[in-house]
Amino acid sequence: MNATITHGTTARRNRRWLVLSLAPVAVFFLVLSGFPVLNLLGLSFFNVEWHEGAANFSYVGIENYRRLFVEETIYWAGVRNTLIFAVGVVTCQMVLGFSMALAVNRAGSAGRTILTGIFLLPIVIPPIVIGTMWRLVMGREFGLANSLLRALGLQEVDWLGNPDIALASVMFVDIWHWTPFVFLLMLAGLESLDEEVLDAARMDVTGFWQEVRHIILPLMMPTIVITVLFRIILSFKVFDEVYLLTSGGPGTATEVINFSIYRTFFRQDQVGYGSAMSVVTLFAITLMIILARGLLARRKGAEDAE
Amino acid sequence: MSGRRIAGRVAANGVVWGYAALIVLPTLWVLSNAFKYKIDIITGATISPITWSNFEQLLFSRQSHFLWNLFNSAVVGVISTAIVIVIATMAAFTLGRLRVPGWVRWLILGWALLFQMLPTLTFVGSWYVMWQAVGLHGTYVAVILTHVVHNLPMGLFLMLSFMSALPNELFQAARMDGCSNGQMFWRVAFPLVRGGMIAATALIFIFSWSDFAISLALTSPATMTAPVAISTFAQEYDIRYGEMAAGTLLSIVPALVLILVGQRFIVRGLLAGAVK
Repeated sequence: MNATITHGTTARRNRRWLVLSLAPVAVFFLVLSGFPVLNLLGLSFFNVEWHEGAANFSYVGIENYRRLFVEETIYWAGVRNTLIFAVGVVTCQMVLGFSMALAVNRAGSAGRTILTGIFLLPIVIPPIVIGTMWRLVMGREFGLANSLLRALGLQEVDWLGNPDIALASVMFVDIWHWTPFVFLLMLAGLESLDEEVLDAARMDVTGFWQEVRHIILPLMMPTIVITVLFRIILSFKVFDEVYLLTSGGPGTATEVINFSIYRTFFRQDQVGYGSAMSVVTLFAITLMIILARGLLARRKGAEDAE
Repeated sequence: MSGRRIAGRVAANGVVWGYAALIVLPTLWVLSNAFKYKIDIITGATISPITWSNFEQLLFSRQSHFLWNLFNSAVVGVISTAIVIVIATMAAFTLGRLRVPGWVRWLILGWALLFQMLPTLTFVGSWYVMWQAVGLHGTYVAVILTHVVHNLPMGLFLMLSFMSALPNELFQAARMDGCSNGQMFWRVAFPLVRGGMIAATALIFIFSWSDFAISLALTSPATMTAPVAISTFAQEYDIRYGEMAAGTLLSIVPALVLILVGQRFIVRGLLAGAVK
């Protein structure tokens, strides 16, 4: 009798623990990340005007979406730039990061701890600081880059002000920022490859390039694919550096999706229209993430079947 | 060692240390501006007299509130990190160690993964409208709670990886001894993941400290954090290069401390969301 009562209270306590331990996380997610999506969806059908701190809503149907898909030009320039940016920086980061990791993995390097520390630096310092630093380096008159060019007797370059090279400059900063991360991931991947498998496979190939192509790349492929997808999706988040380096300019040369949304919301106070932009962006990126995960799952399925 | 091998070693070291120099040299150059007079920055003098005037201007002059901005960053960082760690640790124990209905696990972890990958900027406008509607825009409460939700997925994945690494036998034994779920958390799991909690705390604090987009949209002058303040230096008509560099130097201190004491946790932490 007594035992059943204790058992009953324990079971109740256990259930209570399940609920109480998950409730805070669930509430945060629901209120501050789930609800905002619905909120955006709702706002995107309204025109919102601010009058002395109070918002006036007027229902406009799909007008915001019509405007976005028919009249808008800056946002779509941003979409194009973001795609160029994502593909460009991730390709460079992967090639550079993988090559350096391969070199270090084969040859070893001096002072690994210090090297890792230095490579972690760009990853952990605030992105806005990286923007500030490169703005100072790429500054037109007093920047380090142009001082060096002048010292070498070469023509100065307007790194951030020339529409033809501004996007490349911003991409350079992002490559500088994230290549060390890719390098560290690739190095960790290479170091976890099975030495015995590698030695056995080396019997069948001749030369370094053959080894890389037929042994190391196939073995590393799962890590590479995950890193590429992860980096591409994260590069759609780019905002801080662009905000500080160029603010999307000159013209729309470095406009990115996130900056369009920021400008529409906070500089032009077009809450309804900005919400429509956010909804379309959220939808497109969610679709990409689902496709990417499908791709990963299929790869994994195919490997397991082999 | 053959000559070829030595040559390979030298080349490999040359490349990676060359990249390391590409990280360190521009950083040092920018930071050195913090100790220069404006005239030396503008004329590009490499060797110049050292001055503390930029720091004095930045921290103690009447026009600058940077000391206050640093304080705000610390308040927001400490409180939001504490909340993330407490609720993420409890949830990670339950999700990683107890029997939870499949759809609950799937919903929470699936949403955490998706939310972490979606651009922050798509949410910022909605947060702004929501906090404005409840009259909390520009307060610590708004910034802190938004930082919590933003860093919660990372906290959850980190703590989940630490929880999953604990040996199962311990929990079986505790259950045999009649421990309830709560007792298992406090007596078995919590003491064992304390190290992991410290690592996660350091990382989450750095993320909160580094955040720009959320703080830019949700802070008022009274609650403005250091990154937002730094961005305003660059946008004034007369760019204050020296103070900008001094502010930059002060705001990377937490990151430098983290690299010195917790290097090995960082890569693991940063990858936690990617490998799931």
